Amino acid sequence: MAKKSATSTKKHSGKSDVQQSLTRSSLLNDKQRIDLLTNMIRAREYDYAMQRLNRQGRAFGGVYSQIGNEATAVGSASAMGKEDVLFPMHRNVGGHYVFGQDTQTLLINQLAREGSMMRGTDGTGHYADTEKRIYGNISHLGAMIPVAAGFAMAARMRGENIVTMTYIGDGGIQTGESHEGINFAAVQKLPMILIIENNQYAYSSPSSVEYACEKLSDRALGYGCFGITIDGTDVELVYETCKNAIENARAGNGPTLIESVTMRMRGHAEHDDFFYVPKEKLELWQKKDPVIRYEQFIIEQGIMTEKQISDLRTSIIEELRAAIDYVVELPFPNADEGYKSVFVD
Amino acid sequence: MLGEDIGTYGGAFKLTKGFIEEFGSKRIVDAPISEAAIVGAAIGAALNGMRPVAEMQFMDFVTCGFNQIVNVAGTTAYRWNMGVPMVVRGPSGGGVGANPFHSRNSEAWFAHASGVKVVCPAFPADAKGLMIASIRDNNPVVFYEHKGLYRKIKEEVPEGEYIVSLGKARIVREGNDCSVISYGSAVHFALEAAQKLHDEKGYSIEVIDIRTLVPFDEETVLQSAKKTGKVIIVHEASLTGGFGGEIAARIADKAFEYLDAPIKRVAAYDSPTPFAPTLEKAVLPNAENLQKVIEETLNY
Ligand SMILES: Cc1ncc(C[n+]2csc(CCOP(=O)(O)OP(=O)(O)O)c2C)c(N)n1
Repeated sequence: MAKKSATSTKKHSGKSDVQQSLTRSSLLNDKQRIDLLTNMIRAREYDYAMQRLNRQGRAFGGVYSQIGNEATAVGSASAMGKEDVLFPMHRNVGGHYVFGQDTQTLLINQLAREGSMMRGTDGTGHYADTEKRIYGNISHLGAMIPVAAGFAMAARMRGENIVTMTYIGDGGIQTGESHEGINFAAVQKLPMILIIENNQYAYSSPSSVEYACEKLSDRALGYGCFGITIDGTDVELVYETCKNAIENARAGNGPTLIESVTMRMRGHAEHDDFFYVPKEKLELWQKKDPVIRYEQFIIEQGIMTEKQISDLRTSIIEELRAAIDYVVELPFPNADEGYKSVFVD
Repeated sequence: MLGEDIGTYGGAFKLTKGFIEEFGSKRIVDAPISEAAIVGAAIGAALNGMRPVAEMQFMDFVTCGFNQIVNVAGTTAYRWNMGVPMVVRGPSGGGVGANPFHSRNSEAWFAHASGVKVVCPAFPADAKGLMIASIRDNNPVVFYEHKGLYRKIKEEVPEGEYIVSLGKARIVREGNDCSVISYGSAVHFALEAAQKLHDEKGYSIEVIDIRTLVPFDEETVLQSAKKTGKVIIVHEASLTGGFGGEIAARIADKAFEYLDAPIKRVAAYDSPTPFAPTLEKAVLPNAENLQKVIEETLNY
């Protein structure tokens, strides 16, 4: 497990490690590997579908792509236990899938149709599904970090041995609430894991605008908690790192900041043409595509054939198509949902 | 200027497009996602001779800089007898299919804070004139730009130096049958309702744009209320604790004898602003429901 010092972490760079082969974790069996791949492909295809709906003018609100983040979202959520609780952010559709959410439910919510978990009051991944142990974010970045900490604290008070996992970006972690939440979790030694999705851009702002330290996991030293920086495109590395951090937290040793380095492969949201991202950078990270590389890995390891993977993708796409056809025909929720439930009974 | 993505990107709404080329990166500062630091640094710079403008990418995120505005900036004149010539500005308001966190109208919070000026322009020329006045003001100003108006409302904007003083309401449409008091996006649907009632039923409705909540131009509002005897106040922000309550109280207090009908308020429901278009349409006020209330008041 990562030491209580960021100096133990691997140095990340956007350049040198493109050829680096993927990790094969001894903590995983082949069935789990297939699950990882399946959820990564689901996340990718969901993304393509949303992009298409957006181009067709059938989506509204912000459509935030998570392409490039599949290994981080899926690997981290997959490392969690059955009772653990997910506090995802805006590029974590992969995590929703890992926690058992289905495409149709996600789409109804995102397109704010009748039957939406949030009754149309909000969309995207902002919903909560207590049965599936998913508590979505609000837009204000960092706001959910103290909440995930408090959730973990209450569980500990009740003697439940659960861990909460939440996420933040290289930009969002610069908010005051992020800082207060992490510090609180560290002081209380709470079973909370924070994944810092360092996708190198916050809207148009590169890392140099957001922070001056070398690695964001270096901050763990200042908080007195654990910290590590990893390649966020390597799904089994993400899985293994999270698994270790989760068990460490479960044992009462407090939180870990896991800086997962990836690249945001599209604009901040679909309206943004990301002219400010150098093309060479995107090309470089294209070679590190987490989904394509893991597919190759799965084939090389003899776990699935190319044909099996292509069949898997086809069935995922078919399921998505069916869900979209169904959901776009649904009406919007009744207007009175807009004001009738500001309080619960 | 300080703010998120205001440099090369030109701001989320492209308001600062070309600024970094014209003014350079020393004056156009791309900031981390740290609203408390953006506002706090603006205050510090203001205390040290600058006139900073801090952008909130969406006005909703001003909540993350709230303490700096109300407790640091808002009390500096009172405590130190020193000015904080800073403007905090950003896009506010709903009606654009955003979500509860990208649609808020929070101007009343700052009106209640004491020590912060609050500006809500409804027209392009006013936006310019009030912005220059706000920058030159020696006190902290929170400046609300309704995002629905950015590309919807067009008019000639005076070139060069053009100042609209804070604290001066404007009668945007003169009339005698009743007074509609409003600001921001609501001015436009007040005008729409007034025009319709004029065309369809021959009513003469006065529409007043107060333009700034703090300072509040009580005189213009009272004069109009006394003239017409019937008052409807309309804003996009939710009803309870909204600035309309303050306007109504002032009129009831100081022009009671002139009134021929109860003062009415038209505002959003007391809820966050929802995402789905059906819900949002139901929650926010519009020309139709305003028109209904105006007619009820006229027929009182
Ligand atoms: C407190 C706050 N300020 C500003 C915003 C507007 N905003 C939304 S996402 C975003 C960029 C986020 O970047 P990062 O945290 O790195 O995550 P990424 O989108 O790159 O995954 C900004 C500035 C916000 N949501 N919350």
